[in-house]
Amino acid sequence: MFKALHIKKDLQLVIGLLLGIPFGFLLQKAGVTRYDVIIGQLLLTNFTVVKVMLSAVVTGMIGVHLLRSFGLATLHPKPGSFGSSVIGGLIFGVGFALLGYCPGTIAGAVGQGSLDGLFGGMAGILIGAGFFAEAYPKLDRFILRKADFGELTLPQLFKVNPWVIILPVAIGIVLLLLWIEKSGL
Amino acid sequence: MMEWLSLKEWSPYLVGFGIGLLNCIAFLLCDKPLACSTAYSRTSGMIEGLCLGPKVADKPYYKKFSPTIEWDWMLVLGMIIGAFISATLSGQFHLEWVPAKWSLAFGNTPFLRWVVAFIGGIIIGIGARWAGGCTSGHGISGTLQLAISSWIAAICFFIGGIITAMLIF
Repeated sequence: MFKALHIKKDLQLVIGLLLGIPFGFLLQKAGVTRYDVIIGQLLLTNFTVVKVMLSAVVTGMIGVHLLRSFGLATLHPKPGSFGSSVIGGLIFGVGFALLGYCPGTIAGAVGQGSLDGLFGGMAGILIGAGFFAEAYPKLDRFILRKADFGELTLPQLFKVNPWVIILPVAIGIVLLLLWIEKSGL
Repeated sequence: MMEWLSLKEWSPYLVGFGIGLLNCIAFLLCDKPLACSTAYSRTSGMIEGLCLGPKVADKPYYKKFSPTIEWDWMLVLGMIIGAFISATLSGQFHLEWVPAKWSLAFGNTPFLRWVVAFIGGIIIGIGARWAGGCTSGHGISGTLQLAISSWIAAICFFIGGIITAMLIF
């Protein structure tokens, strides 16, 4: 139904901008565009980041899979491998703690006036992304494909209907959030 | 309505719900999940192109992610604007040289904070591209698709982040 819209490039750029505005607005309203809140999460004293992420995951997981059931959405799972997802993930984590923002929340931080985010962090991310692009051919040959599992999803791995996974994952996340609230975190 | 939009803080669950809905809209209207870090690769490539000329676009990585203004780039631009609007409405917008928690632990000289933020930025920039996504692309949009790569990457983001934060503070 929206296939014709997907290929209208200029209109897509406008929609991208129009989706980014509420995205940044929401992140700022939750406070996750602040260094103190993100570091608080990594020090396990403030669970705002996890609360935002997990409630977004439950909502989006149910919503996107419903759209897919009606033939209105196609999934785009990213490929992965031990060499890419685990090693890259751990490197990301080290940077995450030193920077105190991530590539998305730093955009929000800059929007609310954070100068360490703008001059320190954003400049760094651009340079880091540039380093990666430079090293990509070698990394791709030697590391990124180690223990490759491709664009696999959990329902594909267990060969079940997606809802067999969605339901327990949603319940598990809700229980975890209830437990976090009960613990006063 | 205006009063609500001007609140300093919303419930994290309401915000999460909203981001989940935005993701649904992105899938529906754009056939894409919300994700941020690719925009940095593109920008980096554009800056490199300005300095070194158009041959930069021949690098294998920029063949995969062209150094041009695309959907994800506009998304990140929108995020800066959206956060600015939110912070301005609630009166929170201000130029901040050093975050409070940092200055409590390490003092309020901008230089040290900016150097660490810069180094952290380089590392997270490398890590995001290495893992193929960031806290939004993997952490939210990938996990909600139940992608195995994203669940593994998101867990590793936090393992690396928690250990490093505990070591610093």
